[in-house]
Amino acid sequence: MAAGSTIDALGQFELHPVLGGLGEALRFSQSPLMMIVASVAVLAFLYVGMRPKAVVPGRLQAAAEICYDFIHNMAVDTIGPEGRAFFPFVFTLFFFILAGNYLGLLPFSFAFTSHVAVTVALALMVFVLSVIVSLKVQGAKFFAHFMPAGAPMALAPLLVPIEILSFLSRPVSLSIRLFANMVAGHVMLEMFAAFTIMLAGLGLIGDALAVGPVVINVALMALELLVGALQAYVFAILTCIYLREAVAH
Amino acid sequence: MARSAASSIRRVASLATPLALALPVMVMAAPGARAAGMPQLDFANPYVIGQVIWGAVIFLVLYVLLSRSALPKVEAVLTSRRQTIDNDLDIARRAKAEADGAVDELHQARRTAMAEAQANVDKVIEDARLSALRQTQEMNARLAVEIHEAEARVAAARKAALGSLRQIADETAQALVRQVTGASVPADVVARTVDHAATARGL
Repeated sequence: MAAGSTIDALGQFELHPVLGGLGEALRFSQSPLMMIVASVAVLAFLYVGMRPKAVVPGRLQAAAEICYDFIHNMAVDTIGPEGRAFFPFVFTLFFFILAGNYLGLLPFSFAFTSHVAVTVALALMVFVLSVIVSLKVQGAKFFAHFMPAGAPMALAPLLVPIEILSFLSRPVSLSIRLFANMVAGHVMLEMFAAFTIMLAGLGLIGDALAVGPVVINVALMALELLVGALQAYVFAILTCIYLREAVAH
Repeated sequence: MARSAASSIRRVASLATPLALALPVMVMAAPGARAAGMPQLDFANPYVIGQVIWGAVIFLVLYVLLSRSALPKVEAVLTSRRQTIDNDLDIARRAKAEADGAVDELHQARRTAMAEAQANVDKVIEDARLSALRQTQEMNARLAVEIHEAEARVAAARKAALGSLRQIADETAQALVRQVTGASVPADVVARTVDHAATARGL
């Protein structure tokens, strides 16, 4: 990673085929591999956690139920009674992103949420879904939202393009927010880890100083745990907010 | 693209600097960071788009598995728990109603028993009072009879005593007159005089 006095902070985001020739042929890199690991982890968490089916839950079952309730409440409270239908989608989205963010913090792992192509795909999926739901629920009235109620007609040529632009910028902000947060966190971790290696090369004083970046990296790891959960939450809650606007009559 | 990547690295580095002012090496190293493009934006790399296709498939499978299997399992457990709790609450509510009824019955029985006991106590006290009254009356009657008899006896004794007193008075008066005058007085005169004196003295 760090060679000499240069730091390759972005090399960690490069995609390599896994599984040899099969991976090359199927364009299967470590990113989809981690997606599968994340999905399996989420499913295993629920299946193993809920296996006792106890009336008084154990720790793992209680954790699984809390996760269920957390997203269920988020979906129903934000979207409304119609949120029940979107709950599995929001649950999938939240835990797919959360597991991706957290798996990326493990050594030798990879955070697929640090790839803008992935986050844009997720954001576009949410955007397209909200547009489809809007058109289905509201029909042509959906387009009336681009003209704010009560505004003078004379301002329409100005307001309508602004509203359309702000509507279209939703998937952009949604995807860039997650992508930028994950990239920034991993670049920071990489850089401070590289400082440790570089300082260790300076001899005895360097060895002592090299402890500094390690301490900072421990703190950064705590910060990244917060950011990982926060960004998954932000993505999920914004999805709920967009869907609420879509189902509102 | 390369410029933005380099500037973003510099920004990250400048953000990190306050955290590690003690590390002068960092300041030297930051400008030396490799200004390569971000691999995420290298869309010529087939793996960048490949992961999107794979991601779509994996996300869909995860969604189907969660929505059809895993989440209904959780919901089933939560629903059954809610039902169990509701049933238990119903049973508890019924048991409480029964217990309240039993307590009411108990109180009612206690009140009845208390009233009966009070009535018994009142009756016993009344009986005792009446019997005591009767005994007192009997005793008073017997005592009255005895007093009456005693009074009769006293009166008879007094009468007898008074009768012999007259005789003694007559004889004493005759003896006194003979001693004083030397003459004997006829018995009927003495008797009349003594009679007269006795009447004057209320005897």
